Amino acid sequence: MYRDEAHNVVRLSEVTKVFRMGNNKVEALKGVDLTIKTGEYLSIMGPSGSGKSTLFNMIGALDKPSSGRVFIDEVDVAQLDAYELAWLRCRKIGYIFQTFNLIQVMTAIENVTLPMVFAGMNRDEYTEKGMELLKIVGLAERYQHRPSELSGGQQQRVAIARSLANDPAIVLADEPTGNLDLTTGEEIIFLLKQLSKERSVTIISATHDVKMLNVSDRVVWIRDGRIDRIEDRDKLKISIGEVA
Amino acid sequence: MKTSVERQVVLPWNQVVRISFNSIKARFFRSLITTLTLTLAVAFVAFTWSSYDMLNSIWPHANTSLQELITSGGYEITEKGFGSSPKDIWLAILSVLVCVVGIVNAQLMAVTERFREIGTIKCLGALDSFVVRIFLLEAVYQGLIGGISGSLLGILVATLSLIWKFGSAVLYYWPFLQMLATMAWASGLAVALSLIGVFYPALVAAKMQPAVALRAEE
Repeated sequence: MYRDEAHNVVRLSEVTKVFRMGNNKVEALKGVDLTIKTGEYLSIMGPSGSGKSTLFNMIGALDKPSSGRVFIDEVDVAQLDAYELAWLRCRKIGYIFQTFNLIQVMTAIENVTLPMVFAGMNRDEYTEKGMELLKIVGLAERYQHRPSELSGGQQQRVAIARSLANDPAIVLADEPTGNLDLTTGEEIIFLLKQLSKERSVTIISATHDVKMLNVSDRVVWIRDGRIDRIEDRDKLKISIGEVA
Repeated sequence: MKTSVERQVVLPWNQVVRISFNSIKARFFRSLITTLTLTLAVAFVAFTWSSYDMLNSIWPHANTSLQELITSGGYEITEKGFGSSPKDIWLAILSVLVCVVGIVNAQLMAVTERFREIGTIKCLGALDSFVVRIFLLEAVYQGLIGGISGSLLGILVATLSLIWKFGSAVLYYWPFLQMLATMAWASGLAVALSLIGVFYPALVAAKMQPAVALRAEE
């Protein structure tokens, strides 16, 4: 799991994505180049409709680009077959969604352990690790609850525990605080930051939540399907200061 | 430094059994509707068939007045017994055809409702085949439950209605083994219908790109 610092965990080159809606072509991404290093906490910022979520899907190998290439751990995603893609999604990438996307009919512990079931762990191993993860997010005593019996913040915590199930190199979060109130959103952001420090996981989040900026190492601003600018953390404080 | 990507992603059958069983249990009322379609379909077929079985078993022992009562009740007898006239066979085929449409519809709805769930488990590393296997096994469970309950219901109603029409002689000559056979093939039919119904929607759902499945409204 340990890599040298210069290692690029995600690299996008000339990525475009065109959606066809009837006779109209909508260019969601118009050529994006982006390099993300191991252990970074990166935020993708932009208004809705800017191509943020599309970019998120490209990085997460959830959708195919119309042209250009996506490399995850220097492996070209387009070259992978269905089995290898499933392996990648199972072991390398953890996903967190705005709408939590827990399986409604499963309990918290079942949700957390599902990726480990796919990874072929045995029952004792995955139960133990699942409980450990729920403990980290502070929900160990609620392991038998279904998502409908948990608050939004608690559901997102379960989703975070699930995303870490197979010790992924990357955690992708699509608007993780979008459906949460201010305080709960802040708690989730700090939890993510803490996890990225402790576990040296690369965290990439698409967001338009300004609270996200304070904890990000770098911020990528997206506008109209292109990268508008990329800011490092030190410079960021100044520009936020100016706004405030 | 190139990190290799492996291919090993597994879903053992005991997990498929567990996941699909829990899914049916947790969605009890929703799956009850799908199962009810099967129950009614099978009940109708089992009703028709077990009536003929009972008539065939009672006929040789019936006296002339009972035989007259049966034929005047609208049942047609051929040299092979009851239930083998082209009309009877058409009736059974048509009822099954109508049921197939109903079941495909019910399963299509049930699978469409779960697009988000399918997208999520694909993000967690599920292969297309996992999705198909989970849905097919759920369909088998529903088929078995619908088939057994439907054939019991059909046989019960057929027996009661024949007793009402022709008296307790029906019970005396009740063809136990043939009824078991009817139950067995009616349950098999229900499983087959359920699988036919779920196969296409499950395949469509499994083949979706996760991003597309996740965009689906819940």
